[in-house]
Amino acid sequence: MATAPDTTLPDVRSEFPVLTREWNGKRVTYVDSAATSQKPEQVLAAMDRFLREANASVHRGLYDLGREATDLFEGARERIARFVGADAETTVFTHNATEAINLVAYAWARDNLGPGDEVLITRMEHHSNIVPWQLVCQDTGAKLRYVDISDDGLLLLDDLDAALGSGRVKLVGVVHVSNVLGTLNPVAEVVSRAHAAGALAVVDGTQAVPQMPVDVSEIDADFYAWTGHKALGPTGVGVLHGRRELLLEMRPFISGGHMINRVDDEASTWSELPHKFEAGTSAIAEAIGLGAAIDYLTTLGMENVRAHEEGLTAYALERLPEVPGLTVYGPPDVSQRGGVVSFSMEGIHPHDIAEVCDRHAVCIRAGHHCTQPLMRRLGVGSTGRASFHVYNHPDDVDRLVEALQDARRVFEL
Amino acid sequence: MDDLYRENILDHYKNPRNFGELDSHDLQFHDHNPLCGDELGVHIKVEDGKIADLRFHGHGCAISQAAASISSEELIGMPVEEVGDLSAEWVIEQLGIDISATRRKCALLSLKVMRGATTGDASWPKD
Repeated sequence: MATAPDTTLPDVRSEFPVLTREWNGKRVTYVDSAATSQKPEQVLAAMDRFLREANASVHRGLYDLGREATDLFEGARERIARFVGADAETTVFTHNATEAINLVAYAWARDNLGPGDEVLITRMEHHSNIVPWQLVCQDTGAKLRYVDISDDGLLLLDDLDAALGSGRVKLVGVVHVSNVLGTLNPVAEVVSRAHAAGALAVVDGTQAVPQMPVDVSEIDADFYAWTGHKALGPTGVGVLHGRRELLLEMRPFISGGHMINRVDDEASTWSELPHKFEAGTSAIAEAIGLGAAIDYLTTLGMENVRAHEEGLTAYALERLPEVPGLTVYGPPDVSQRGGVVSFSMEGIHPHDIAEVCDRHAVCIRAGHHCTQPLMRRLGVGSTGRASFHVYNHPDDVDRLVEALQDARRVFEL
Repeated sequence: MDDLYRENILDHYKNPRNFGELDSHDLQFHDHNPLCGDELGVHIKVEDGKIADLRFHGHGCAISQAAASISSEELIGMPVEEVGDLSAEWVIEQLGIDISATRRKCALLSLKVMRGATTGDASWPKD
């Protein structure tokens, strides 16, 4: 019998209102944080306080209220940038990670790629770091290529080197932590090899920033994208950290209000960074909410959060195989993975697993997780997936295992 | 007994009827559910305007597989032109269980490919 790991984190469940709910008399076990995380009181309070007491448009108001709103918004940007070792000037608010990657696809790639060029991505990317490059390649005549993975879900660096060897790769896209395999990719190494081959690198940090210390200056990617709602913040706010020189020379992505310096009849000039890439009124309350979320994570300590995730993942990797006929995907070594565990069960489809889990108030994800090329590589149509955050505890893993055992009973296996 | 995963549903899921491929067939169609990635195809042999034989193939959950298996037994012998008149309720009645909104697409996938094969209309159901 596996023993539950110790954790360095306090029990914070009571600070997350959704987690106090019950279904069929059972307290909810929420293990779908890779889809979206729950939000602590502190985030809700910060947004509520802004909307009730300090709501005004930012960067415009010539009155105290407007100045306070601007200070809250830009203060959030500064703390968010510092949280991941970036500068506020090169930290652009988008609406989500998908939009952040699309910003690179539209404002950099379409002006810099052409026939004969190659975009190189990995087999474990989320659709948000695949489909934008498919469209870029269709529009520019560049070619999209994939770096393969090993059977236990590790990126094949030899395959990366071989692909970079063509000398035609202009952009490398890589996910920091896979939302299916949990694989923690050596992104600094991938970026360094991309640069050595004369390519830029864009990293999808969506699953990494919420659960481990991330220093984007150390990774040195040209673009690093992530989203707020998986990091205990609200939906509607994402982040793109970009290299200053590139952001300066790029054309705008979305255009209109706020992003201009001067608008003449025929043409315009652009605002300073990062405002050049923030057309229209921003998601102000959401950015402030994300600021509160990273304050919350900072108080817990990202080293502690990472240790907590590793402990839970190790415990899940130990307990899940107790269920007969269960296959776990991804690296067996927890030091090479984040808090995401995908699995399949012989004789039960993932949707049916999720349906039975739901009866136990255990929320898991079932499906292709927006990674259809990866599903084909794994030889499955879909998987079940449990993913953890700061509010999960070993008893959540126990309840998941219980629910999976019950699924076998329901299916008479 | 389980309300959803009844004996009959599990039996058809574990031992699906009329599954596989037909080497020679007159009609065929293939579709998938973009939400979950499940895929289902059908091969149909037509004689005298009727479905003489059919085979489903693909992968999916207990509900989608059982719906295909159970309805396949009703579909064989049916005039091809009547398939386009079959409704969502027809499939759900065949299954004999309550289907939640989230599982409706699972239940309807087999009729969707049948209609695609016989009428060429891939857009059903509209809701």
